[in-house]
Amino acid sequence: MSSRIDVSIEHRHSPEQPERTHPNTCPKCDSHYRDDELDASLWVCPQCGHHFPVRARRRIAQLADEGSFSEDAADLRSEDPLGFFDLRPYTERLAEAETSTGLGEAIVIGEAAIEERPCELAVMDFAFMGGSMGSVVGEKFSRACDSAAERGLPLVSVTASGGARMQEGILSLMQLPKAVCAVEDLRDAGCALISVMSHPTTAGVMASFASLGDVLVAEPGALLAFTGPRVVQQTTREKLPDQVGLAESNHPVGHIDAIVPRPQRRAYVGRLLRLFANGK
Amino acid sequence: MASEAELRLRERLGRLRRTGLLGGARLSGELERLQRQLDRLTTEPSDEEIWRSVELARHQDRPYTLDYVQRLCEDFVELRGDRARADDAALVTGLARFGGRTIALIGQQKGRDIRERTRRNFGMAHPEGYRKGMRVMEIAERHCFPLVTFVDTPGAYPGVAAEQHGQGGAIARSQALMARLTVPVVTSVIGEGSSGGASAIALADRILMQEHAIFVVISPEGCAAILWRDAAEARKAAAAFKPDAAHCLELGVVDAIVPEPEGGAHTNHDEAARLLGESLSEALEDLETIPGDELRRLRRARFRALGVFAPTPAPA
Repeated sequence: MSSRIDVSIEHRHSPEQPERTHPNTCPKCDSHYRDDELDASLWVCPQCGHHFPVRARRRIAQLADEGSFSEDAADLRSEDPLGFFDLRPYTERLAEAETSTGLGEAIVIGEAAIEERPCELAVMDFAFMGGSMGSVVGEKFSRACDSAAERGLPLVSVTASGGARMQEGILSLMQLPKAVCAVEDLRDAGCALISVMSHPTTAGVMASFASLGDVLVAEPGALLAFTGPRVVQQTTREKLPDQVGLAESNHPVGHIDAIVPRPQRRAYVGRLLRLFANGK
Repeated sequence: MASEAELRLRERLGRLRRTGLLGGARLSGELERLQRQLDRLTTEPSDEEIWRSVELARHQDRPYTLDYVQRLCEDFVELRGDRARADDAALVTGLARFGGRTIALIGQQKGRDIRERTRRNFGMAHPEGYRKGMRVMEIAERHCFPLVTFVDTPGAYPGVAAEQHGQGGAIARSQALMARLTVPVVTSVIGEGSSGGASAIALADRILMQEHAIFVVISPEGCAAILWRDAAEARKAAAAFKPDAAHCLELGVVDAIVPEPEGGAHTNHDEAARLLGESLSEALEDLETIPGDELRRLRRARFRALGVFAPTPAPA
């Protein structure tokens, strides 16, 4: 009732209320599912094909052969080199992220096998501080490159990130060149990098290792951009075309090799791994 | 952290002092330079000083890339275009003579008046700019010219066309190419070194940073807008993420601080160029003694060592 009264002047600058939808309700077609239904469909809406966001552990389970994953460098934790304090201390945000996600950082790395081909996996988790890349993400990704290079295996990365982690200041920007150098070491060892870009792969991660895969594979509906549409709109006031930045608009202009729906992902990556192994 | 960087500097100072007469005059210059850096390091800049650097780094009269090229180099020939679709004026590239050798140059360029600012897109490059830069990196590699880059940008351009032409991929590949070069690479941060737009041309053997330049992951305004939800809190953001030269040196991100004339580089372009030129030729002379493969290995090792986390890795 009160919503009909015009309060636009007071409320013009107030933040938009987030929509209170259940995580199992499809934002595209409003279908609602039980957990086990979505598990069975790999968290893809059986009605409209919308890809629900997937956490790192579940993604590994979806992509790797059962029981093949063994995690490395799980003990690495971010420090607070700048004593960063915005509205809350960085250390508090880190602790909260760890408690709520059960992860030590925004990336999980380790050995795995996909369709019986051994490989190294590096999987990001957007739920941990927006998948932002700080010192630990840079270090763990680099170690995944080294581990793949040592064993002569391909590295499969799955990205989901809002970009560099501002709370680590310039050190987070330096994770771009750091990750790039690690990829170059991996290439010198003759190993392939398969980059699977999930929603969203943006900014610092897009401008470093995610773009450097020998093959770039996107998830349907994923935002793949250096600058997201909202920021483009705010800074340039340009009129934005439909689907700007989405995988579907990146694919026709040649920025990515393929858009592969989640249910076909394991087979697709498996085929690539066989091809790069070249009969070995 | 502070003590670690301090120790490293003190150790280098001590080692240089012990080498005594061997290095001659150049060495004593190096000594003074290290001593100055150490003095700066031991006096932590205040929040006001940090904000002053932010303002000076963006000062409208601050010398830009071409101001330095003009003063430091001879026979500058600008190279234009990415050989695919455009010439991006926000990023200038070329060949020139510096200290008797040919160097390849890449740098973002801002404009002085409103017309030139628009033409140069305020120093914000499109992917075409980075592709032009990569073309010049390849020339440098083929002909064994050292690569010298100047960083001065508010960031890579955040527009629709830039996205459609592959901004993220261009920045990634520019860095990847720099990680493969076997020629000496020296980067100077001469104003704003902001986000991926800066790191795209900063994967260098040595990064020099002017006293009042800033090197940031995001502009103070952008950081404030996201974390404080208010762009007006830029001062607080700058104080929190410490973009000044002293902190960048302390964190090991840059290798040396280049002094500026009293009051800032904008007060005296010639003197600012002379000071930058000195550091630049020192850095190049150091690097030119190192074989190419080793140079590349050390460059990658330099960046791969950046980051602060626990547990600290055991020394190899």
